[in-house]
Amino acid sequence: MEALRLIVTGDSAIFQVVLLTLQVSGLGLLLSAAIGIPAGVSLAFRRFWGRRATIVLLYTGMGFPPVVVGLFVFLMASSSGPLGWLGWLYTPKAMVAAQVIIAFPVIAVLTMAAILGVNPNLRRQVLSLGATNAQATMAVLREARVGVLVAVIGGFASIISEVGAVMMVGGNVKGFTQVLTTAILQLTRMGVFDVAVALGLILLAMAFLVNLALLALQGKRLTE
Amino acid sequence: MGDLVYDLSEVTKSYGAREVCHVARLEVRRGVILGIMGPSGAGKSTLLRMLNFLEAPTSGAIVFNGHAVEGGTTIPLEERRKVTTVFQDPVMLSSTVASNVAYGLRLRRQRDAHDRVESMLDLVGLLPMARARASTLSRGEAQRVALARALIIEPEVLLLDEPTANLDPYNVGLIEGLVTSVNRERGTTIVLVTHNVFQTRRVAQEVALIVDGRVVEVGNTADVFSDPRDPRTGAFIRGEMVY
Repeated sequence: MEALRLIVTGDSAIFQVVLLTLQVSGLGLLLSAAIGIPAGVSLAFRRFWGRRATIVLLYTGMGFPPVVVGLFVFLMASSSGPLGWLGWLYTPKAMVAAQVIIAFPVIAVLTMAAILGVNPNLRRQVLSLGATNAQATMAVLREARVGVLVAVIGGFASIISEVGAVMMVGGNVKGFTQVLTTAILQLTRMGVFDVAVALGLILLAMAFLVNLALLALQGKRLTE
Repeated sequence: MGDLVYDLSEVTKSYGAREVCHVARLEVRRGVILGIMGPSGAGKSTLLRMLNFLEAPTSGAIVFNGHAVEGGTTIPLEERRKVTTVFQDPVMLSSTVASNVAYGLRLRRQRDAHDRVESMLDLVGLLPMARARASTLSRGEAQRVALARALIIEPEVLLLDEPTANLDPYNVGLIEGLVTSVNRERGTTIVLVTHNVFQTRRVAQEVALIVDGRVVEVGNTADVFSDPRDPRTGAFIRGEMVY
């Protein structure tokens, strides 16, 4: 009941955590999609030296333990690391960077798979009708849009549920780098279960609403 | 030279070490229906893809409307858009029949396509299905939509790759009728690839036979059918195995 009261009354501390979660995960997803979708398209269409190795690496990336990604970003962003001069460690920027590394392989691989699932003759057909290479790519992407959106949903799922990496590189600083997952972990350890449950319910609701919105973007294809 | 749409010389296409097509010389005159016959795997479709600039020749030159494609050069987009192909297996976009027919016009940013789409669908006898999903069409209907989608952009050259393979006699007759009327009324140059000698004889004004990737005979349809110069042509026309 206390959990519901906290949600209904719009507790300011909870609101701050939710807002930061949306900002970090939203930007992380946006950047992951911006890198992952073109990478998936390129891997599907182009034959280049090292393509196979790149695909294997991305498949491996899909299974990266988030704490390993967190460790990598931590070492890079720490004051003695090569990117230490950026001063990103224990800031939301480092959290976004970790989330991008976690999500972009998922989006790239699933986008590639979605495109490879489209009739291979479609590209030739639209080129024959006068499409430029860019128009042909868009036509294929349009046909693969259900799969591409599934890729984005997969990327979002890997980001929103992630706790290890953002904890390591963000530090779970209340009011600055604390997001829903890290807050739930901390509150549970402290025995503050009512707030932890409230945050858990909000996290579930957020995941549900974002997935609902992404599914709506897919249009009628799922029911055809 | 002025009435030639295509002029091919020493055009080859290889995949790895395997040469699948070698056309020493082939001219396609403007406004004709050229039938390209040959057994399966002879290289007919490969030649057609090169004529549509979907694949570049490995060597040799294809001159189209005075533009030479050779040695890695590409044809300007506006020239490439004068050619289109109806493939053996029509690939429909996952949208309505009308939207599929309008696709080429959208690529060219031509607005107000509604009337033209309707008139083209009427031509192929599918106007009542304009708003149907293309995925619900039968194969024959899909091929007629593919033909409408190609004709609406008013190509200078229409390439047909086994367009009536596995279709029922009604659809075969309808498509052949459309092809000949478009050639007669618009002067569209048509290259018809088929292994059906009867269809070639019915539709084409000129004919070429490809065997093992090489053009072994080209000529007027009546002459080639009545007096073939190459023994392989005679054998193919009689329905004998030619390799």
